Amino acid sequence: MNFLKYIWLIPLLPLVGCFFNGVFGKRFSKVTIDFFALGSTLLSFLCSVGAVWQLSRLQPEERVFNLNLFEWIPAGVALTAHGFANFSIQWGYRLDPLSAVMILVVTGVGFLIHVYSTGYMAHEHGPHLGGYYRFFSYLNLFMFSMLTLVLANNFALMFVGWEGVGLCSYLLIGFYFHKKSAGDAGKKAFIVNRIGDAGFMLGMFLIFQTFGSLDFGTVMARAAEAPIEVYGSVGVLTAIGILLFLGATGKSAQLPLYTWLPDAMEGPTPVSALIHAATMVTAGVYMVSRTSVIYTHAPTAMMVVAVVGGVTAIFAASIGLVQNDIKRVLAYSTVSQLGYMFLACGVGAYFVGIFHLMTHAFFKALLFLGAGSVIHALSGEQDLRRMGALKNKIPKTYVTMLAATLAISGIPPFAGFFSKDEILWQAFSSEYGRWWLWLIGVVAALMTAFYMFRLIFLTFYNESRVDPEVEHHIHESPSNMIVPLQILAVLSVIGGFVQIPKFLFGGFDGFERWLEPVFKHPATEAGAAAVEHASLGAEAGLALFSVVVALTGIYLAYRFYYRPSSAPDRAMASAKPVYTVLFNKYYMDKIYDALFVNRTKDLGNALWAFDRGVIDGGVNGSGWFTRFTANVSCWWDKWIVDGLVNVVGFTVKMLSYPLRILQTGFVQSYAFLMVLGIIAFIWLYVLR
Amino acid sequence: MEFIDSHILTILILMPVAGAMFLALLDPGKHEAIRRTALVVALLTFVFSLHLVIHFVPHEAGFQFEENSPWVPAFGMNYHLGIDGISLWLVLLTTFLTSVSVLASWKGIEKRVKEFFIFILLLEAGMVGVFASLDLFLFYVFWEVMLVPMYFLIGIWGHGRRIYAAVKFIIYTAVGSAFMLVAILSLYFLNAHATGAPTFDFTTILDNIVNGRLVIEPRIQVWLFLAFFLSFAIKVPLFPLHTWLPDAHTEAPTAGSVLLAGVLLKMGTYGLLRFNIQLFPDATQTFTPLIVALAIIGIIYGALVAMVQPDLKRLVAYSSVSHLGFVVLGIFVFNIQGVEGAVYQMLNHGISTGALFLIVGMIYERRHTREISEFGGLATPMPVLATIFLIITLSSIGLPLLNGFVGEFLILVGTFGAAVARAKLYCTLAASGVILGAVYMLWMYQRVIFGEVTHDVNKTLPDLSAREKWVLVPMVVMALWMGIYPQFFLRKMDASVSKLLNAPRVMMVRK
Repeated sequence: MNFLKYIWLIPLLPLVGCFFNGVFGKRFSKVTIDFFALGSTLLSFLCSVGAVWQLSRLQPEERVFNLNLFEWIPAGVALTAHGFANFSIQWGYRLDPLSAVMILVVTGVGFLIHVYSTGYMAHEHGPHLGGYYRFFSYLNLFMFSMLTLVLANNFALMFVGWEGVGLCSYLLIGFYFHKKSAGDAGKKAFIVNRIGDAGFMLGMFLIFQTFGSLDFGTVMARAAEAPIEVYGSVGVLTAIGILLFLGATGKSAQLPLYTWLPDAMEGPTPVSALIHAATMVTAGVYMVSRTSVIYTHAPTAMMVVAVVGGVTAIFAASIGLVQNDIKRVLAYSTVSQLGYMFLACGVGAYFVGIFHLMTHAFFKALLFLGAGSVIHALSGEQDLRRMGALKNKIPKTYVTMLAATLAISGIPPFAGFFSKDEILWQAFSSEYGRWWLWLIGVVAALMTAFYMFRLIFLTFYNESRVDPEVEHHIHESPSNMIVPLQILAVLSVIGGFVQIPKFLFGGFDGFERWLEPVFKHPATEAGAAAVEHASLGAEAGLALFSVVVALTGIYLAYRFYYRPSSAPDRAMASAKPVYTVLFNKYYMDKIYDALFVNRTKDLGNALWAFDRGVIDGGVNGSGWFTRFTANVSCWWDKWIVDGLVNVVGFTVKMLSYPLRILQTGFVQSYAFLMVLGIIAFIWLYVLR
Repeated sequence: MEFIDSHILTILILMPVAGAMFLALLDPGKHEAIRRTALVVALLTFVFSLHLVIHFVPHEAGFQFEENSPWVPAFGMNYHLGIDGISLWLVLLTTFLTSVSVLASWKGIEKRVKEFFIFILLLEAGMVGVFASLDLFLFYVFWEVMLVPMYFLIGIWGHGRRIYAAVKFIIYTAVGSAFMLVAILSLYFLNAHATGAPTFDFTTILDNIVNGRLVIEPRIQVWLFLAFFLSFAIKVPLFPLHTWLPDAHTEAPTAGSVLLAGVLLKMGTYGLLRFNIQLFPDATQTFTPLIVALAIIGIIYGALVAMVQPDLKRLVAYSSVSHLGFVVLGIFVFNIQGVEGAVYQMLNHGISTGALFLIVGMIYERRHTREISEFGGLATPMPVLATIFLIITLSSIGLPLLNGFVGEFLILVGTFGAAVARAKLYCTLAASGVILGAVYMLWMYQRVIFGEVTHDVNKTLPDLSAREKWVLVPMVVMALWMGIYPQFFLRKMDASVSKLLNAPRVMMVRK
């Protein structure tokens, strides 16, 4: 079977699952719902594996498979900078090494999270609740959208997936729609994303105007021929890069559009794992990597990406240091880790960005699912201050979460070490790298190790601070939740071995070589050569340094939170203002509310008043004026015009009064008058 | 079959009139019989209108299904009908929405049932006539004819301030059409003077203009353009001529709102596209910057005002101002993407906003209020309504794979690539309307559907009845179809739009 010809099944299968569960799910039993939801996702995963396997058997430079299914939007001819171009958007898929990595991550991690959800959401199934089928229907819809996003062969279809995952995010964040906070969070996510999407759209229009096409293959080929723009200038390619990146900051929760992601934790925990950690939020990284040719020709845009990524990494990590909600800590951690990925892309190391995207998908999904398992064990408790000493009560959850924590902290040989270390190295040594970008990364790494181990110590160690009511309900999660955790734990341990730095056992660059056909173009080759010259010793030294930094973070967390001590309190007391600012997340939500949200509402109200008062007032005023003039004419008509007529009439009436006396109505008097008249005539004409 | 082929447009106009006459003979007390008859007539008209789609030749740019016979030969008035790839879809939209409106008025209309459906059917005849007329005088007659039933629909079956709204509607429109009549007559005399052949025939006059037989001085063009424009801009409605719309929409009965938003507003944009930019290319060039500015103001202004409305129907009404701003913008960027997007957006708006008015009507029939604050948590008692409402909301805010996206996207693409100064700025401003669209629609949806049920009366509201599902499901199907497979519609308008833009005089505007 030629799997490549059937890649359209990969997104379609989950859509079919979504359809069945969405339309008929209300009457389905739990098993039937599971069958459609999990079955479609598993089949989709198997199709992906088959397709990627076949792709890998081709020669590296031939590893691009395009499949156009039908013409989606045809709209005539347009005049662009590239001459007359047909505006025609295909519904087409493109499988190349980059989308191959993405579909494996999405369907693989996605399937595990589906399995996990059958346990986590089980209590939602029932005749009165009925949220279970809805949940899986949305989750499958998400899989469809995400796979459309990564498999699309043009910007417009990618945008379909892009908005589609936003919709699913909206629906799943607002899954518990009875809660106002959930509805608010969903709406916020959608609207903040829309702001980014507007940037994406404008970027897309500029691409079409510049290259006369929206097809990835065509655009990238034409962009590769364009001259590299001067650093510091804003040319067309830089503008495209920045507009697209605006879209990425929305979807991937970067500064300044990150505020929706922490609120998105209102959704069920598997959603946080799948959408808000492993897959959807990495769409921005995927997009920047997909358009790497454009960025490589626009060094200013690259610098924007790197700086925003780096600053977000350190900014979000610092907020994560002091949060008390287990999911919020992880949410800020996600924002921070996404910042790392953009940092990698911004310094031109796209393959490292994707590498970290993949390892992050493993360990962050695991962390969220583990947190879900903890929350499940504690009957819904999410506050770290009311946890503790769970290590022996839910040991499987503990072990898997510890593996993920070591991975994200960058301890060798866990997966995160390899990807994060590579990012730091590239930030330092790449042609586009800067020492201060590296420093930002290192500081963020210190914070990461600290807040993650703070989370571990507060959750699993010390004496229990759990509510006694909850205490005796504590139980390990069922196997359909634990097995996905264990699989992800294994991946978090070994996932980094696909790309090993040179100084360790001679190194292995399988991942880089796999992605090379996507990212290699003339402009990047110069940069690659520069990296070659850097010394192995420096790389090893920096790696060692970053491990030491991570260990320092762990040690600090140990000092602060492992033993019951007054150290945290003293630290907080000595840095009270800093703590307050961090605890309140730099007041960003309040600032945004004050600057944008409330001002927009005010503007709406002001315009409405203007509409009623001035515009409609003008209309009603002219109506009033018309009636007024009508009344004046009416008065004029009645008293002046008609008055004159009446005066004439009255005069006539008065003058004619004497004649009326003659009108007696008696025939005799008329006859008498007639006789008188005849006599008068005879007298006048005959007798005279 | 041949008879149908050559007279299909007349059939589409006369069938509702005949239906209305038949209804007039029925016993006014037999409500069910009246409703069923009206529905049968509306559906039959819709089925006949499908004939247009099936037999339409996609690559033929000119008018099809033409009928032309002298009407008042002494004055050169002809009964000239015909449709191209643009009016085709507007006729279809009319017959579709009329059928839906009839079905939607089953329960809500209790007084003077017979007269109500008579007016609906007469309105349909007028609307089809407007889109199919190729004679300026005939167009004017249909344009005026259609006002009368709408005036009564609002005035008799409307809500609280219905008289105010009906009078405002008719005076506003009548003012515009008076100017249009003067312009039509001037055009008639100018043409007669230049060519010696007096005629009101649109295609002939246009032909004369294109071929240079009729040259209208720019100074005069400006006045004629403005006279037509005023009439159409009121109908659209373009900011700042829009204030009749929130009142008319809010006070009208559901069917009236659906047809008003779904079809009547499109007559304005259709008129701009068909008459203004084709007949007066020089004046079009002069006024384009102003109109584009008004359209963009309308997009943002309508969205912001919609955002703060406490009344559901008024919110939807103001959203129309925003959406129609997009349509006008698309028309006045003069490229294929913009104009096709504009035509598509006319259809989208008919489906999405039509469905929104239907939904608001269904909620109103249950609670007799439209205040948003009276609702909340409706997803619990009415899950089916909540689902359909969500799909329509998303279609209205232009989510890909639903109809709204295709229109907005094409309009924005067209605007971005437009050969006018500051096109990219205009596009950016218009794109902010897309963001605001999500704000006001989702906020409204959240306040009505999400959350706990805050008012006890809402706890026991019945979900959609079978009839109501029959009303809404076709709208949802159309929203999906138009979003997933737009080429079915776009392909048929390609040739006509290209022809419209390639008419040599219009091309000048693109410079």
